[in-house]
Amino acid sequence: MRDADVDALLVARCREGDADAWRELVERYSRYVYAIATRGFGLTGDEAEDVFQEAFTRAYLHLPGLRQDVALRPWLAQVTRRLAIDHIRSRAREQPEGTLELDAQEPKLAIEQIDAALDVHRAMATLPEHCHEILDRFFARDESYRTIAVALDVPMGTIASRIARCLDKLRTHLEGKNLHDSAVR
Amino acid sequence: MTDITATDVANLIGELAPAPAAWVEAAQSLPALRASLDELVELCRSDLKVRARTLEDLERALGDAGVAPEPHVVRYVRLSLER
Repeated sequence: MRDADVDALLVARCREGDADAWRELVERYSRYVYAIATRGFGLTGDEAEDVFQEAFTRAYLHLPGLRQDVALRPWLAQVTRRLAIDHIRSRAREQPEGTLELDAQEPKLAIEQIDAALDVHRAMATLPEHCHEILDRFFARDESYRTIAVALDVPMGTIASRIARCLDKLRTHLEGKNLHDSAVR
Repeated sequence: MTDITATDVANLIGELAPAPAAWVEAAQSLPALRASLDELVELCRSDLKVRARTLEDLERALGDAGVAPEPHVVRYVRLSLER
């Protein structure tokens, strides 16, 4: 099933008041929204949390009125982006004149890059569970070989080769996929 | 996408770190929050004076209604009433 179709089904279930569907939707997009706020716009701490919570609260309140043909992902990206820019503007108003970086309202990491990262994570979810887990722990959660070895109960000496094999499996899977070219540096 | 390298893939995986678990749980608890605040929100929607008074000092209004004015609660009511 295409991502947009999965989203449409989730949104439909949320509209019917299905709390489990909402939990799933938040789980599905929490990293994405978080990345836009933190990696995209460099927000940290309370500012990042405000943007994160407000984006999901707006999504929750607006889902019933969201047009069927509106894709959830770009809509959520746009809402998060606007909220992040509002925070940056508001912070700028409190700073002495002239100290605001002129490009502060431009994403530090392109949204396209974050979109491509989400595509990769979704592709990763189709790999065998052990591959998904080890790649996520090492690259996204920044866990050490030791931590991973203990958590997965495997010898520490095998972690590097497992990561390399799983990464290659994912790379092969992604070849030919239509990810945004500019996302690959 | 063609010619994607393992390094490209690794970098893209690294771009999406998990959000703090407490943030995710707070966002996931919105349906429960809605259920507990429905009455107050409906009252505000049906009475413009109550709505104006509530928006004027949300934290106090929530306190008066016996609801702890935590940030996520204040945010939810504010956004609900702004719609």
